[in-house]
Amino acid sequence: MAKYRDACNSGKFVVSGEIGPPKGTDADGMIHDIDLLKDMVDGLNVTDNQSAVMRLGSMAVSHEIVSRGGDAIYQMTCRDRNRLALQNDLLSAHFLGLRNVLCLTGDHVSVGDHKDAKEVYDFESVQLIQCVKKLNEGFDWAGNELGGGTDFYIGAVVTPESDPLEPQKLKFEKKVEAGAQFFQTQAVYDMDNFERFMDYARGVTQGKDVKIMAGLVVLTSVGMAKYMNKFVPGVFVPDNLIEEMASVSKEDAMQKGMEICARHIKLLKEKDVCDGVHIMAIGKEEIVPDILKMADLV
Amino acid sequence: MIISRQKPFEELLESLAGDKNVYIVGCGECATMTQTGGEDEVADIKARLEEAGKSIVATDVAHSTCHELDMKRIFRQKKAEAESADAFLVLSCGAGTQSVRESTSKHVAPGTDTLFLGNIKRQMNFEEKCSLCGECVLDEFGSICPVTRCAKGLLNGPCGGTNQGKCEVDSEKDCAWVLIHNQLKSEDKLDKFMQIHGPKRWNAVARPGRLDAKKEKGAA
Repeated sequence: MAKYRDACNSGKFVVSGEIGPPKGTDADGMIHDIDLLKDMVDGLNVTDNQSAVMRLGSMAVSHEIVSRGGDAIYQMTCRDRNRLALQNDLLSAHFLGLRNVLCLTGDHVSVGDHKDAKEVYDFESVQLIQCVKKLNEGFDWAGNELGGGTDFYIGAVVTPESDPLEPQKLKFEKKVEAGAQFFQTQAVYDMDNFERFMDYARGVTQGKDVKIMAGLVVLTSVGMAKYMNKFVPGVFVPDNLIEEMASVSKEDAMQKGMEICARHIKLLKEKDVCDGVHIMAIGKEEIVPDILKMADLV
Repeated sequence: MIISRQKPFEELLESLAGDKNVYIVGCGECATMTQTGGEDEVADIKARLEEAGKSIVATDVAHSTCHELDMKRIFRQKKAEAESADAFLVLSCGAGTQSVRESTSKHVAPGTDTLFLGNIKRQMNFEEKCSLCGECVLDEFGSICPVTRCAKGLLNGPCGGTNQGKCEVDSEKDCAWVLIHNQLKSEDKLDKFMQIHGPKRWNAVARPGRLDAKKEKGAA
């Protein structure tokens, strides 16, 4: 099972979606979303205690996706586990058939729902990438030989709208150096800015087999666009998109957001800006098939 | 400097609920500077405890409350007062409170919360810049500590939460990685930024820390 990696290596325009595990054990809605999307996309990310909010686990849900015939991109943050637990989970994930891992530092506990928890950060994203690479080579972090290594496709994230951008770019270069094989970006809305970022990024990854997928979060209202500009660091929704969202009635806003998302997908694909897209509908996964149709991807 | 904050007075009263005679200990070093356990604060707490019906058998602002031998000496000199006390209230850091603990078997209550090792920005304004990790890496980072000053302790660059140079966790704090980047850039040393740093050796000092410096010096 290496559907996502195969898609990335095939040269096609790669599409992934995202599943946010529920808070609790009632998984019917999530299973419905998995079945709806698993065959329409090349892989489905599964978030790991997203926004530092305690939820059903990423490994269990990733395994469910794989056992239902889809491919999962297992998200792993460094917030909740030390290096022993991270490696233990990586071996366990591999044992369960997971083959893609997205290495993240993880949101700080202070933004989540267990604010008094001790954040760990024994490793951070760059070190986690290095660690997965070592496991792939048959060794653990301490240098001990494994009785059977892993075979993970190693992913990472980058924030093209980070302010300031230069330190973020240097960190991106370090992630490439550490062994990241694919990137999914933080949400991007300004396609001109993103093209400029990709010009730079492709320069960095030239000669290396590194794929970069644009992160697209579907706008569902004017309020959401304004909220993200104000409260989500590293996300910038330009005025023309806010005006476009405001040009329709509240009832039609979701449709407008879907149109914008599909338009961006088409543009990125036609202009060969990046290697694919990662679509985040954040709780509204049922709209993703329509977006893919509007973008002529299915 | 160890930065502390006085506990709310009600909390002090609660922890001294079963004690009539109280011996108050302050500290001439950090707690004086932070105005949590200097002469003035000790006098203030004394007056308020007396008003609340307590009997204050003695007060002392030791030179350094964390000096265990000094504390033993002080309590020897004030043996009668120390023996008549039901409890010791310590307006110092947690180290000072435990220093008093070593000198008496009676109830010892902390009068402050100990916050961090802080730099003095200006009077009564403190900032944490060192977290006593046991293995100084400052030279790698333009002498701006990411272990302490990045909310996530990141060693390889900023997270996605950096926001106009501020930290996502607290918008009043600078993003340590923006500071480090700017410093290294100004020194023309961005190659240091590009170096991939492995994780910290968190056990560089086995906790609880212990050091026999005399023995180490002798062995050297």
